[in-house]
Amino acid sequence: MTETTDAPKDILANIAQCVQTGKADANMNIPMGSKGQPGVAEWVDQAIAKDVPPQTILAEGLMAGLQVIGKKFAANEVFIPEVLIAARAMHAGMNKLKPLFAEQDMPSRGTFVMGTVQGDLHDIGKNLVCMLLEGAGWRIIDVGVDCAPEKLVAAIKEHPDCAVGLSALLTTTMVAMGKAVSAIRESFPDKTVIVGGAPVTEEFAKEIGASGYAPDPSAAIDLLDRLQPAA
Amino acid sequence: MAVRHYTNLTIDRSEDLIFGRAPHPVTCGHDLTIGAGTVYPEINFTLPPMEVTESTMPAVLDQYQKIIDGVCQRAVDLQVPGLVVEFELLPPMTIEPAWGESIVALLRRALDGYHDKHGLKIALRATPTDVRDGERPVRRRSGRYWEAMRDSFRRCVSAGADMLSIESTGGKEASDDALLQCDLQTMLVALGVLGARDMAFLWDEIGEACKGTQCLSAGDTACGFANTAMVLADRKMIPKVFAAVVRTLSTVRTLVAHEHGAVGPTKDCAYEGPYIKAITGVPISLEGKSAACAHLSSIGNIAAATADLWSNESVQNVRLLGGDAPVVSLEQLAYDCRLMNIAAADGADAARMLRDWLVRSDAALDPQAYVLTPDNVIRVARAIVEADGAFARSRETIAVTLDILREGATDGPLHLNDREKHWLDMLQMQLEMIPTDEEAAIKAACLGTKPDLVPGAYEIDDDKL
Ligand code: B1M
Repeated sequence: MTETTDAPKDILANIAQCVQTGKADANMNIPMGSKGQPGVAEWVDQAIAKDVPPQTILAEGLMAGLQVIGKKFAANEVFIPEVLIAARAMHAGMNKLKPLFAEQDMPSRGTFVMGTVQGDLHDIGKNLVCMLLEGAGWRIIDVGVDCAPEKLVAAIKEHPDCAVGLSALLTTTMVAMGKAVSAIRESFPDKTVIVGGAPVTEEFAKEIGASGYAPDPSAAIDLLDRLQPAA
Repeated sequence: MAVRHYTNLTIDRSEDLIFGRAPHPVTCGHDLTIGAGTVYPEINFTLPPMEVTESTMPAVLDQYQKIIDGVCQRAVDLQVPGLVVEFELLPPMTIEPAWGESIVALLRRALDGYHDKHGLKIALRATPTDVRDGERPVRRRSGRYWEAMRDSFRRCVSAGADMLSIESTGGKEASDDALLQCDLQTMLVALGVLGARDMAFLWDEIGEACKGTQCLSAGDTACGFANTAMVLADRKMIPKVFAAVVRTLSTVRTLVAHEHGAVGPTKDCAYEGPYIKAITGVPISLEGKSAACAHLSSIGNIAAATADLWSNESVQNVRLLGGDAPVVSLEQLAYDCRLMNIAAADGADAARMLRDWLVRSDAALDPQAYVLTPDNVIRVARAIVEADGAFARSRETIAVTLDILREGATDGPLHLNDREKHWLDMLQMQLEMIPTDEEAAIKAACLGTKPDLVPGAYEIDDDKL
């Protein structure tokens, strides 16, 4: 834990630190022996009490912590359960901040509509991509598995500024991925659509007219940064 | 259906747990006896990127015709002592049972032709897809997907399958999240309660479909659980020690198929097969180094140590320099089997020497391999039969596996890095917090929060959640 002064920068550092260790609140005994010590929720309360702007708490406390964990995961230094615990701790802080933002003002990197294509029920990869993109600041609209093109198009209509992600794990559903991209392009010719999944390749992505291919979640984050840079 | 309870091991000495030999061999197809001393290749294949619809079915059939002709011809050329062909249906082929049936019939005709012309000993395994989670929440025991599966079982049998298998997924509604969270308690309930109950229901149905026919009710696999864990561990997403525990734990649910009449050979991707062989004595199919075309694994050699069929899991029908991929794959399997069979022909000591090399070359390098050494297989299998009921067996399996891993890492040859050792401690702590009472464990697993789970599908009353 950072040397505790009540200076806003120390409070923010503590928030980021607690996100990384997954300590959502004082009740949690993670790390072992820390029960009773403040966690994310308590530090966020303190930051609010010190009039730190909610955007700053989000960016420099909560998101900063999760980004460290995201990088550690990409470098194989932590496992997914550790990322999940950190994400949960971050949500404990977000819940405190939500009432301070008007719904539309909740800052985000953008909206990402993500689904596994029609006929395919594999969703572990999709869920991981969603989780890590959320950690990178994206607002996620997960449209689930076995997504018909119409379902994707409907979701895009609801979130017209979104980027789209498609996942396929079966060789026989790669064709459905092509159909999904075509259907999206018909209504939204310039939409950013990225694709991934074990049998998918860069070449295949080009062939079906997708905007890009990512082999894993961190590549997806970088790809979206290139295709749809933050405003 | 009469339920068989295993309270003793069929193989109780690790020396007797060896490739090619199972106490209860089975005979099927054209003169093929599995588990009686010879290891046979089991070849599996899948389509290249293409759609499966009514209009593409002629092209799909064409693909399978080319694959089976190529594979059988290569088997004849290499003089394999026998061959099992597995056809794993893709989801549309189960949802439209007539499509799967037409492919089984095509394969049957080809196999009969090669037997008649060349005397090839050969058998066909059909594996319909568990498509029940096509609708969510997942009803499992009713609905159009379940009806399609039942129809598919019967059609595969009547079209000429010699063995029926499935990669069933009962309990997956709870296990997917549990795997990613390394949540041992929920994993235990997913496999040892939900999975086991679904297996009993499903394998009675499969037994009915096979009754009075040429087709064996063969065996299941916990692929959707333990192989998912293996893939996640290989990608460094979850600890390997957790994947090793999920593997042994999955034995209890896979065993239920055999309590409900399955006679083997178990399905290739069931790496829980060695425990099943020790408990039941049925022959097992396994895959390892020659399934690298399908997935990574760190148990490529050790898997062969106890195999009665040796498989490639699956390969896409694409062109390689050596020929079409399924043909190339068959060739690799054929040579693997030759080596095992020649060792066995030189006597029990020679066979055991090869087995021990296969074991030792993998065992120390990965906890998922370590739990598969013959000594450890017997130890886990014994813990299972000594406990009563799937829940208690599952709990015991976890306990003994953690002991094996800790002893292996402290006093034995098992290499675990610090992160893995940390997770071994975490799993031990989790185990100690799991209630010993089944109802309490179900409650503690918070199944009510799983949106796709229908408690009634697992004989659980809503008020027990
Ligand atoms: C938008 O941008 C992006 C960017 C990156 C993206 C992205 C999108 N999407 C993914 N990524 C990337 O990031 C993720 C994280 O790093 C990665 O995602 P992945 O999904 O690749 O990785 C996950 C983290 C871990 N990987 C996985 O979860 C997949 C692992 C394997 C073993 C697998 C699993 C687990 C399952 N399966 Co399935 N399954 C296999 C898989 C073998 C393999 N080698 O992949 C495969 C894909 N399955 C196969 C099969 C045949 C089937 N499966 C089926 C079922 C299942 C389970 C339900 C048991 C389970 C899925 C559980 C679930 N909830 O998803 C059936 C089909 C169900 C259906 N309708 O879809 C069934 C038909 C089996 C049967 N006979 O019943 C094979 C495909 C063969 C083919 N023709 O293509 C298969 C290759 C296994 C094999 N070797 O035979 C990247 O690809």
